[in-house]
Amino acid sequence: MFNAFSFSRWWGIIIKEFLQLKRDRVTFAMMVGIPIIQLALFGFAINTDPKHLPTAVVSYDKSEFTRTLISAMQTSQYYAIDTHYTTPNDAQDALKKGKILFILTIPADFTQKLLRGEKPSLLLEADATDPVTVSTALLSIEGIATQVAKKDLTGALAGFANLQKPFDVRIHRLYNPNGINQYNIIPGLMGTLMTMTLTMMTALAITRERERGTMENLLATPARPLEIMTGKIIPYVFIGLLQATLILCASYFVFNVPFNGSIILAYGVALLFIVVNLTIGITISSLAQNMLQALQLTIFYFLPSIMLSGFMFPFSGMPTWAQHVGELLPLTYFNRLIRGVVLKGNDFAALWPNMWPLMLICLLTMILAVKFYKKTLD
Amino acid sequence: MLHYSIPVSLWKFLLNTPDYAIDVRDLNKYFGDKHVVKNLSLQVGRGEIVGFLGPNGSGKTTAIRMMCGLLTPDSGEGHCLGYNIATQSDAIKREVGYMTQKFSYWEDLSIRENLDFVARVYELANRKHVVDEALETLGLTSRSSQLARSLSGGWKQRLALAACMLRHPKLLLLDEPTAGVDPSARRDFWEELHELASKGVSVLISTHYMDEAERCHKLAYIAYGNLLAQGSAKNIIQTQGLSTYEIRGENLMDISKFLERHEAIEQTVIFGTTLHVSGKNPQAIETLLEGQNFAPIPTSLEDVFIYLMKQTQDNFGDESV
Repeated sequence: MFNAFSFSRWWGIIIKEFLQLKRDRVTFAMMVGIPIIQLALFGFAINTDPKHLPTAVVSYDKSEFTRTLISAMQTSQYYAIDTHYTTPNDAQDALKKGKILFILTIPADFTQKLLRGEKPSLLLEADATDPVTVSTALLSIEGIATQVAKKDLTGALAGFANLQKPFDVRIHRLYNPNGINQYNIIPGLMGTLMTMTLTMMTALAITRERERGTMENLLATPARPLEIMTGKIIPYVFIGLLQATLILCASYFVFNVPFNGSIILAYGVALLFIVVNLTIGITISSLAQNMLQALQLTIFYFLPSIMLSGFMFPFSGMPTWAQHVGELLPLTYFNRLIRGVVLKGNDFAALWPNMWPLMLICLLTMILAVKFYKKTLD
Repeated sequence: MLHYSIPVSLWKFLLNTPDYAIDVRDLNKYFGDKHVVKNLSLQVGRGEIVGFLGPNGSGKTTAIRMMCGLLTPDSGEGHCLGYNIATQSDAIKREVGYMTQKFSYWEDLSIRENLDFVARVYELANRKHVVDEALETLGLTSRSSQLARSLSGGWKQRLALAACMLRHPKLLLLDEPTAGVDPSARRDFWEELHELASKGVSVLISTHYMDEAERCHKLAYIAYGNLLAQGSAKNIIQTQGLSTYEIRGENLMDISKFLERHEAIEQTVIFGTTLHVSGKNPQAIETLLEGQNFAPIPTSLEDVFIYLMKQTQDNFGDESV
């Protein structure tokens, strides 16, 4: 009789699969380990209501009232006052480099005008490249201002406090005046896409040779590890540049994201980022035993990259330890760099603080890759 | 006129031309707690073809890989073409041609692209000419743009040899180059090897084929990591001192089973309609075979190897327990 479904055949297959799974310890460890690690990482790190955003205060009027205002901003937890930048030049520079997100400028005659009931204005400039990060803080500023007015303007001045608005807060959303989210997403997406595809390509480069048995041949040649690894990277650099071109074109022509910076610098930072990712891929390749492991390691690297780099969730909103983790990831720097070039029109000097870490990561991973590259079959 | 007489050994020292292409002593290799190669000492002379024989998993590949610098020996020392295998593996890689057991050229590259790659990696001068010449010799000029993947086993093996020979190495390490190759292709392959040897190329070749073993100048037989016999085929046969008889008749299987129980019989092998019986004591065998249709025949290399293998199985086979 023809047996449509044999229980014993089926059982045989199940047993075989379990045995093979048991032998592949690394896969098993990753299947259990990745969710646990990443759950812990992202569960505590991701915060969609970012607080403690770095803010510089440029004050030409140091009165009781302005001090109260600043401390009220501080206590609101949305603003963290950074006292390093007090001159307009320093503050603008820091904003460009992404070191701070807000500049509060208090004009010289602010308190006087307030006392005269002239309804003076404060200027709050925000780095709106990522509108999500700054939006709640910007919403809160009105409330803080009114509250301070009510509390501080007492006695003879109480009359002003009762006015609907004793003073104005003018908000300038720099780099992205309309707060269009795509302006932030599209350049950010560029780094994310390139991280995934490029890292994977080189992660498979050496493991593929190993699995196909051609590695033995390659090892038997006089080719040096550095020659092999950099040689494997170069072709993908061109693929990476092609990707960058496609995304930049789509960004400008399809999504109408303004391009304020230098095209050469845009390609420069893209090239740097491409090389970093390819190097990380080749390091994965020399660590992994086979192609499956290489893919798993790529994903292990990719997930924190999108979660903790400030692409998906505001970087400033993360706890300090998570920001430190984020600072180990190339995508974090690239996000700042590409937004810096495309939206802020940054020059080289403004980009440099986020460029050298990429170069350092690249150098260190290359050393790691060469160190772990097995010159023999031992 | 003055004649200076300089001893040959000094000449060799001065010219840095060692006597042996391969000279390794007491090589040992462990994989975990498995002792894969045990105290292997092996010499291959210049222009000599040495056959490396032994059962599967006996450590042949491991030994060859140690000689070409792909594996580091755990102990022991030796030289290949005068280079120290422990410290000068880069020089060895440049000058030794190594052909892997499994085809290890790039299947997604064409024949020419594979050869081009090899020529570039070894920094050969006049690359195009060298590759063209190799294709010509191979008879693959018209198919040079075909992917290596599409080649049959025999052609893949010839391509691998051609790639190996591209830079005219003085020593070839060939790991079962003819496994799965048809007899006529194997014959061509061996003719090429002998031609190379006559030009001074030394060859260490591992194989399971007895006819190939007989075509080697010298043989080395390794089993369970131990080198059991070394010398010419004739020499190896003689030193084992086996006498072999051929029996013709019916029920060979039953006779074979009956004979195997006797101490005088070391082994029995059925070859179609005949049964080969070997042992160390010819008188005892002849008494045992009384009444059968039998005749003494020369002991073959295969008889000796199977005998050697059985001996080692008895001595070393249960070592892993």
